[in-house]
Amino acid sequence: MKISRKDVEHVALLARLELTEQEIEQYTEQLDSILEYAATLDRLDTENVEPTAHAVPLHNVLRADEVKSSIEREKALQNSPDAEEGFYRVPRIV
Amino acid sequence: MSVFDRYEMVCGVETHVELATKTKIFCGCTTEFGGEQNTHVCPVCLGLPGVLPVLNREVVNLAIKAGLALNCEIAEFSKFDRKNYYYPDLPKNYQTSQYDLPICKNGWLMIETAEGQKKIGITRAHMEEDAGKLVHGGETITTSDESYVDYNRTGVPLLEIVSEPDMRSISEVLAYLEQLVQILEYTEVSDCRLEQGSVRFDINVSLRPRGSTELGIRTETKNLNSFSSVRRCMEYEIARQAEVLDAGEKVVQETRTWDEGRGITLSLRSKEEAHDYRYFPEPDLVPMVIDREWVEEIRKTLPELPAARRERLQILGLSAYDAEVITSSKGLADFFDKALRQCEDAKSLTNWVMGDFTRLLKANEVSVVDSPISPEQVAEMVNLIEKGTISGKIAKSVIEEMFATGKDASVIVKEKGLAQISDESALIKIIDEVIAANPASVEDYRAGKERAIGFLVGQVMKASKGQANPGLVNKLLKERLG
Repeated sequence: MKISRKDVEHVALLARLELTEQEIEQYTEQLDSILEYAATLDRLDTENVEPTAHAVPLHNVLRADEVKSSIEREKALQNSPDAEEGFYRVPRIV
Repeated sequence: MSVFDRYEMVCGVETHVELATKTKIFCGCTTEFGGEQNTHVCPVCLGLPGVLPVLNREVVNLAIKAGLALNCEIAEFSKFDRKNYYYPDLPKNYQTSQYDLPICKNGWLMIETAEGQKKIGITRAHMEEDAGKLVHGGETITTSDESYVDYNRTGVPLLEIVSEPDMRSISEVLAYLEQLVQILEYTEVSDCRLEQGSVRFDINVSLRPRGSTELGIRTETKNLNSFSSVRRCMEYEIARQAEVLDAGEKVVQETRTWDEGRGITLSLRSKEEAHDYRYFPEPDLVPMVIDREWVEEIRKTLPELPAARRERLQILGLSAYDAEVITSSKGLADFFDKALRQCEDAKSLTNWVMGDFTRLLKANEVSVVDSPISPEQVAEMVNLIEKGTISGKIAKSVIEEMFATGKDASVIVKEKGLAQISDESALIKIIDEVIAANPASVEDYRAGKERAIGFLVGQVMKASKGQANPGLVNKLLKERLG
């Protein structure tokens, strides 16, 4: 096994996902087979291969430091589940 | 017995500095401070689906500049990574930051300590985006029921500067922070407005028994934004950890928050589990290749740094203390340098700039950059004293008048007739009157009491309303008294 039930529980917690018993088992199995498949790559000898930082052969895509207009606040808040006085409102954090 | 007799403190600091750009790191929203909540936002910094960030060139320029000023190596190849964590101040659920290939690393800066100079290592400096601002309902982060989020600050470019754990006392930490902020201000990498949160410190503190070389367990107190909070927080944290260790217990490695009102640090333990950031390369941004010409272009824009400036001023004859005060802010140092160009006497200029000029700035609550009088005007006034046109005493009222009206010293001196009387015949007239009016003192002087001359000079100065040239009065009096 590449992945344990404990790993899945940990990752779910980090992602704020609540999983049922059945889901934990199902995902453990599925994620394990995905990792198993990805492990195929381990068979390659990468001794002299530079690590790849990005798949696209581009670098230094930069923009000038010029102010563009922002969007209206009403629009910004439109999709929020809860807002008050121009703020997004969220449950207590800690 | 002091805590420090038993324990040695080890401290390293992470400093977050807002870079002085006009726009955010990945979008064109303004970085201006103080806008109404959620008005400096756009789909990119709000992390709406389907948008792509584009890196602001000025952010890279400023990061390289800071790196050079901090004696860092500038990476030839650098990239961004995603730091994943769920917290409502980050709308994307990750912060775009740099992980294994930061733009700057292996630097240092020099601090002054009671035992002489000490080099503090800079592990790295990397670019990242700032998070939004949470406004809590309750008194502190731990007592609020709900939170309100303002994303104006989200995406403002930061440079996170990580020091080595090289500091061993609170005063070393403060010296490091002062040096660092000074360098960032001098290089104009940041406006360094601490009160607006544009520089924030995370302080890592641990204690170990004296003589031990192993590091103790540390705590990290986040988001301090003034030197005084850093000092108070460290005093508290050192005492707290010492108490834990004295009781034979272990310090818990954790993140803490500083409660300014109560003057204590509080555990943020519940966040600990989330400290698994699962960094991975940011697929939405391509890497940076920084050729050496780019670095050299930026090196050319580096101004004289505070340490070099202090050294130059000391060569001109200023004391170490005076050089320190003059260079404490770039504004004052620039003012002094401009004045110095028109003034021959560096020492006298120093006294006036550090003395009456600074006092008047404070009394009028203006910063040196907004000074109502120019460096050239101060230089002219000092020159008038050196030439003997006005006395130092008169100059004190002249500089007040200059401050109030913005007029040149020479104009004020002329308008008010404040020029020193150096005309011998005019002085002799006053001197003869004083001699006639004070026969007892004249007698004393003639009888050998040298001190009596001081009294007589004083009387002449008084009669001339402070305008007589004191040196000349002294000479003439002695002649008249034979």
